[in-house]
Amino acid sequence: MSWSEFISMGGYGGYVWSAYGFAIFVLVINVIIPMRRRGVVLKALRQFIVSQTVQEK
Amino acid sequence: MTSSSLFVAVRCVFVRDVTVALRRSTDVLTPLVFFIIVGSLFPLGVGPEPNLLSTMAPGVIWVAALLATMLSLSRLFANDYADGTLEQLTLTPHPLTTLVLAKIMAHWLLTGLPLVLISPLLALQLNFQYENMGILVASLLLGTPVLSLIGSVGAALTLGLRGGGVLLSLLVLPLYTPVLIFGAGAVSTHALGMDVEAHLSLLAALLVLSVIFTPWVTAIALRISLD
Amino acid sequence: MIYKKYASPKNFYPLAGRLIPWLGVLTVLLLAVGLYWGLFVAPTDYQQGESYRIIFLHVPSAWMSMFVYVIMAAAGALGLTWKTKLAEVLASACAPIGASFTLVTLVTGSIWGKPMWGTWWVWDARLTSELILLFLYIGFMALEASIEEPRRAARAAAVLALVGVVNIPIIHFSVEWWNTLHQPASVSKLGAPSIHPSMLVPLLMMFIGFKLYFATVVLMRMRYAILEREKHTRWVAEVVGTKAQ
Repeated sequence: MSWSEFISMGGYGGYVWSAYGFAIFVLVINVIIPMRRRGVVLKALRQFIVSQTVQEK
Repeated sequence: MTSSSLFVAVRCVFVRDVTVALRRSTDVLTPLVFFIIVGSLFPLGVGPEPNLLSTMAPGVIWVAALLATMLSLSRLFANDYADGTLEQLTLTPHPLTTLVLAKIMAHWLLTGLPLVLISPLLALQLNFQYENMGILVASLLLGTPVLSLIGSVGAALTLGLRGGGVLLSLLVLPLYTPVLIFGAGAVSTHALGMDVEAHLSLLAALLVLSVIFTPWVTAIALRISLD
Repeated sequence: MIYKKYASPKNFYPLAGRLIPWLGVLTVLLLAVGLYWGLFVAPTDYQQGESYRIIFLHVPSAWMSMFVYVIMAAAGALGLTWKTKLAEVLASACAPIGASFTLVTLVTGSIWGKPMWGTWWVWDARLTSELILLFLYIGFMALEASIEEPRRAARAAAVLALVGVVNIPIIHFSVEWWNTLHQPASVSKLGAPSIHPSMLVPLLMMFIGFKLYFATVVLMRMRYAILEREKHTRWVAEVVGTKAQ
């Protein structure tokens, strides 16, 4: 099986690859969102804790 | 605390809800008018072709009933929540589940039942055959209490939230699909001349299940919302 | 009691942190092998040609969409009855992932349907149930997002998830019923007339891969959600403090 045959998927290439593309896109987004959220949360918590220690002093 | 005192409490809640709702008669009339308006808009949207209208009629009437019930759901607990009555109800020695059931029955009496009674009017507008009218009314009679019951869970969960109305529809409408399918299905199956016993039995089964479970779930949801 | 020990957020946080890289590597490995097998090794279907290869995404994500909802409802029930904080966090972390799987199922199903049925959307029983499942997920997330107080949000959403999980079989049954009523066996169902073993292996691999993926992502979400929930405690201050240096 040649590379171009593989890409064309027996004429269904557009369907197969758009389905795979969409699925992989969604799966990757679902990994990126928590990673970014984690950064945001950590930053906010750092400020929160600093503000609390300032209040205590 | 005897069983008769529970009965008195249930009757109290029921009578009070009905009286309060009747005093604000616009609250009762709005869903009905909405029901008629939605039904009347469909011919304007799809064209006045009589055959098309009569095939669509069961679905249109049922969807309109779904939407009209949903519109009225916020009335179920919102006023009592605002003036603190609901808080009092949770503090009575009677099981909240039973009191909730009384409230839902009052709600159905003033929303569901009028919808059922007025539905033949809408059916006439949609070129609905007379011989199916009985099934239409029967299916709505079995189905609208289920709508009130399932809706009560949503109303309890969204109590006092901003944008509660839209949120409520988001929560409740997907749960209404079985009622819509069996209800509208009964009418259109009958119109095709087939037996509708299965449809009506399934609607009745849904009614029994929701009478047993939803007041209980609603009571739990109310306690969470009032916490 | 091991359960008790790791159900406390303080112990769970570092444990999850240690598990995530391993789970991540395993996920990538399994999905890579599954995809390779599905795209290169599995033979062409004699009826559907190459287009059937969408099955390796569509069917496992359909399984996952329901599996995640059940996990979500079970976690919600745990949170409601024993007030376990970790279960509440788990339920809320499940929702967006489950919704994603549902969306993938719908989109891949629709793309698959185009060459098979000739249209992008058919009111097929399974696709319709899946659509309603997506609405249920969206309702869960919307309810949770609109309640400020995290405790009440988690409890209310848990009730909704439980109502949903009881309703899903009823909805599914009613949709099947409706479908047979309106389309008397004219549309052949998606999926398996007879699944060849060489197709079954990548299918199962993708399924396990998706499960591991779910475990990884859910732990990632739970980790920061726990920090947010527990921000008043000493251990969070310590964790955040050491990260700051």
